[in-house]
Amino acid sequence: MVSSDVATSTPRKTRKLQAKGDRRAGGRSELPTALVFIAPALLGFVIFYLVPTIRGFYFSMTQYNILGTPKWIGFDNFTRIPKDPLFWNALWVTLEYVLLNIGFQTIIAIVLAVLMQRLTQSTVLRGMLLLPWLISNVIAAMVWFWLLDYQIGLVNAFLEWTGMSRIAFFGNEVWAIPTIAFVNVWRHMGYTALLVFAGLQTIPKYVYEAASVDGSTEWSSFWRMTIPLLRPVLAMILVITVTGSFQVFDTVAVTTRGGPVNVTRVLQFYIYQKGFAEGQFGYASALSVVLFLILAVVAALQLRLLRAGESDLA
Amino acid sequence: MSTLELPTATVVKKKRPRVSAGRVAAWALMIAFLALSLFPFLWMLRTAFSTTRSLPSNPSSLLPVDFTWGAFKRVLGLGTQAQAIAEGGSGASVNFWLYLRNSVLYAGTVTIGQVFFCSMAAYAFARLRWPGREAVFSIFLTALLVPPIFTSLPNFILIKNLGLLNTLPGMVLPTFFMTPFAIFFLRQFFLGISREIEESASLDGAGPWRTFFRIILPMSTAPVTTLAILTFIATWNDYFWPLLVGNAENTRVLTVALGVFRSQTPSGSPDWAGLMAATLIAAAPVLILFFAFARKIIDSIGYSGVK
Repeated sequence: MVSSDVATSTPRKTRKLQAKGDRRAGGRSELPTALVFIAPALLGFVIFYLVPTIRGFYFSMTQYNILGTPKWIGFDNFTRIPKDPLFWNALWVTLEYVLLNIGFQTIIAIVLAVLMQRLTQSTVLRGMLLLPWLISNVIAAMVWFWLLDYQIGLVNAFLEWTGMSRIAFFGNEVWAIPTIAFVNVWRHMGYTALLVFAGLQTIPKYVYEAASVDGSTEWSSFWRMTIPLLRPVLAMILVITVTGSFQVFDTVAVTTRGGPVNVTRVLQFYIYQKGFAEGQFGYASALSVVLFLILAVVAALQLRLLRAGESDLA
Repeated sequence: MSTLELPTATVVKKKRPRVSAGRVAAWALMIAFLALSLFPFLWMLRTAFSTTRSLPSNPSSLLPVDFTWGAFKRVLGLGTQAQAIAEGGSGASVNFWLYLRNSVLYAGTVTIGQVFFCSMAAYAFARLRWPGREAVFSIFLTALLVPPIFTSLPNFILIKNLGLLNTLPGMVLPTFFMTPFAIFFLRQFFLGISREIEESASLDGAGPWRTFFRIILPMSTAPVTTLAILTFIATWNDYFWPLLVGNAENTRVLTVALGVFRSQTPSGSPDWAGLMAATLIAAAPVLILFFAFARKIIDSIGYSGVK
């Protein structure tokens, strides 16, 4: 709050104006009108967000196969999870996916954003980089499934032409997760780059001009100013992308379906299989509680990072 | 004077050669990423106009192999069964028009409801004065932290118990009334509208309803359109929820249908041309929306993600 005074004077002015408006209205409450305005959203929130969240915890304490009625079994599902080798497998597979996906995606996005900032402001170019993000995960998966096909896919034709051996990208135990991570990096790199680009725009030009007068090279300006000043934005982007990445499902569901031999059975796909294919809805709910907790911890850690940097730019 | 000009001149002189040396490499890298982004689309087109049976004979030709409209015809159910089988299709009839209609209904209904109800709520959070406003708003925002899979399981049970599985209402309801993001997005814009306009309206005797519908909404067509486009695209591309509650033939949307189509084709010889024609048609509405509103969508991204 205090630091924002440095930034510009306009936000302060508007804030003052708003405060004045509030005061002018005095204590008059518009509660009845407000209730009507938020009624539909509140209804949707309670029925489809609040109650399901509570029920999700309840189902995790039950044995329930969707068709019957839930039977309360306390923490039995949760004591079962640590002994479930497929859970640990799913967790490691998901972590491997998240690390590969977020690692490459973030680095590529920063590179692309800096390139955009230095080279061109063209909307057409940004639009072209955004195209993969517009199509669904299902389509992205389908196109790469075809490009990477073992028999007649273009990439393998190319590999053979260069003298390398063909790779069963989706069918090989080592390659499957990196391939799925790659597909999602491809879909999201332009989008994430635009988020980073927006963050770059908030760094004032004079910072760079001052540095260049002082003889700083572009390389050191990047590491010493761009990255530190970008940190709050990067943290925010990471919270969004990491949370999304942990919930990878679509790409797996339309390509490998968990195989070969469990190597792509990510958490959400495992939850889906347990709940809907095997009818263990209670256990699936318990697994989703665990996923929820993991995400909460990861997000909290990242938000802490964000809060630490908030004063830099806000 | 000359002492002042000198340093700037040297800076420019020093900078130019260094930058242009790196610029070539920078452009090369940028073009490589552009090619990576765009090439798969080209490959979709090339494959969709090929004859599936001829694809193995020429896997790396940039142009269609044995050019034909056949793939599009069999996806849209326009060709004959014999012709489809001759070109490498499965011969099974695909209800593509039905899936297309379902996708339009699903994404369209969610967009209309969500944008309308969320703009009402956003107005209440941005402009009306009532006790508990900030508290309720922050509770709404915490819903952003709950992963969709977590609420999807109980929501599935709810929809099932209501007897709404494989119906449009069952698919639409959870996102019809609100998403935390939509309220957050519109509230930011409403906060920026000058209060004086509203105050003069209220002096003229306009109540909150008239102020909202006659003044606020017309002034906010840009953000409301942007939100509508973003909501439509996200819903159109949605896979998990429609898979859970709308997997039956009569409510199947395009994303789910493509997944089924792909798993039904025998792994030995999938109908790649048909599959690529189908993905192109499935992506077309969103791509058309994008070409029409590219600037709005691009500009909204920095805004919606970061601030």
